[in-house]
Amino acid sequence: MEKESMGWFRRLKDGIQTATKFKKEAPDGLWHKCTNCGETNTYKDLRENYFKCPKCNAHERIGSHDYFEILFDGKSEELFDDLESYDFLEFTDLKSYTDRLEKAHAKTHLADAITVATGKIGRKPIVVAAMDFSFIGGSMGSVVGEKIARSIDYCIEHQVPLMIISKSGGARMMESAFSLMQMAKTSAKLSQMGRAGIPYFSFMTDPTTGGVTASYAMLGDINFAEPGALIGFAGPRVIKETIKQDLPEGFQTAEFLLEHGFLDFIVDRSELRDKLDDLLTFFQKAA
Amino acid sequence: MVFLEFEKPLESLYEQLEKIKQVGEQGVIDVSDNIKELENTIRAKRKEIYTNLTGWQKVQLSRHPERPYTLFYIREITKKFTELHGDRYFGDDKAIVGGLAQINGHSVVLIGHQKGVSTKMRQYRNFGMANPEGYRKALRLMKLAEKFNVPVVTLIDTPGAYPGMEAEERGQAEAIARNLYEMSQLRVPILCYVIGEGASGGAIGIGVGDRVFMLENTWYSVISPESCSSILWRSWDYKEQAAEALKLTADHMFEFGLIDGIVKEPLGGAHTDPAGMAKALKKHMKKELSELLEMDPDARIAARIEKYSKMGQFRLKEKAEAQSEEESKS
Repeated sequence: MEKESMGWFRRLKDGIQTATKFKKEAPDGLWHKCTNCGETNTYKDLRENYFKCPKCNAHERIGSHDYFEILFDGKSEELFDDLESYDFLEFTDLKSYTDRLEKAHAKTHLADAITVATGKIGRKPIVVAAMDFSFIGGSMGSVVGEKIARSIDYCIEHQVPLMIISKSGGARMMESAFSLMQMAKTSAKLSQMGRAGIPYFSFMTDPTTGGVTASYAMLGDINFAEPGALIGFAGPRVIKETIKQDLPEGFQTAEFLLEHGFLDFIVDRSELRDKLDDLLTFFQKAA
Repeated sequence: MVFLEFEKPLESLYEQLEKIKQVGEQGVIDVSDNIKELENTIRAKRKEIYTNLTGWQKVQLSRHPERPYTLFYIREITKKFTELHGDRYFGDDKAIVGGLAQINGHSVVLIGHQKGVSTKMRQYRNFGMANPEGYRKALRLMKLAEKFNVPVVTLIDTPGAYPGMEAEERGQAEAIARNLYEMSQLRVPILCYVIGEGASGGAIGIGVGDRVFMLENTWYSVISPESCSSILWRSWDYKEQAAEALKLTADHMFEFGLIDGIVKEPLGGAHTDPAGMAKALKKHMKKELSELLEMDPDARIAARIEKYSKMGQFRLKEKAEAQSEEESKS
């Protein structure tokens, strides 16, 4: 029997140190209805269960700071937090890109769709770059690409492994070809890190699609994902329109990708930290 | 001849020209002056139309049904072409072709998207939309080139990587990502040309190079104007606006520093003089390849990665805050 079925009894440490502005805006007593099975739980129970439904284990989408808390118990240092996006193409559709950015800043208090932090897991250092879907759909623009590039330089310089937690709808259209080129930029930088012998773990969470999947998400030395996460190149709607038939149950889920050979394993969020500890030990001993 | 919507004024002039020629063929009246005059009018009109094309008009030109595709350029530019098939894992993708060729007495590996020239062939080529095995075939050929120290030339012309169910099952994303990674480190020169449509991941999947050029009437973008319209405007009707907003033309891309240059097309587009276009392209390739071949492989790879590392526009937060403070003061 797998340990994860007991997962919901485990408690995160007390004394959570996440800055108030990144706390999920819900008092502990509030009820949360599971998006998968409809079960209602208190917000506190949900949080203490790694934001997974205690009944069906559905993994709710969480943000970069939630992951840092799970991995580092609040003891981490943010890197490259001074970079921000701006509307250099003067891109306007129904809204201007400037408006979209301002709204995203106000809603999330985040600088952009990725936050990088360094910390320790079992006394072993690691850099984690985690994406936020709440910031313009986790879209990859120049800032996301640059933060990943800088993380790689940092990891090479300090000989520290990198994990990227992907959670993205794809490239940021409002930066047009600049966002497309981030695919080449991040992949080229990863090739440098590969040459330097620094391990790269790609952790895919719901959803990981488009240009993010077709660049750094699929390039891990180890590729793994959260249960049930949607992972793909084209979105399900686009595929459905192309082939003009319904998609089979479970298509493009983490389990589907594991079955087709594109993931090394699937990890329950409650096991993430332990799994990462094992990986770090392996690569430390290998070095 | 096929006339695009914005070329309609030309169509009637060509009709007149045909009529006059028919009259001339009867041998009763001398029409040579009329023909000359009309040809001048056509030339002037063509110049007028083509001098200020919008983004959307260039997108239409890049999709012109008579536009030359990869295999045409291979025939015109190279000698002794041997097409190589298959990715060695799954199958042979017809939307990406590649093989061994000679350009000016030098061996090169040439790879490109291929669209079909007739309804039947368009289906056979899957409209230039490659599956994972296409990208894997391309990588196999690049590795072959690397092994025998031969440069790689790629020709990009795709409306996107194929968004099908089987493409997902076989790892479309992984295939493209792997190419980006491997092309970054390939030890031989890589020279890329966008010869038609440069749509998103499907284009860049064979588009990481030491030098990347676009033909004058092509486009390169993260998304097609139609899809962009449907997502951001929530309707298919704003493709013209989307094409403008995306700033996807060769001029824009060069101005942004995202490509290394533009190859001029004949007035009216590559399809009006395919042989002339091929000749210009060959001359361009020859010059670029000889420059790239002179570089040391390590320096060439370092420069390639450095080029992509610099792509991106962002600003520092303090600066922005200081700036807005400055503005509020004044």
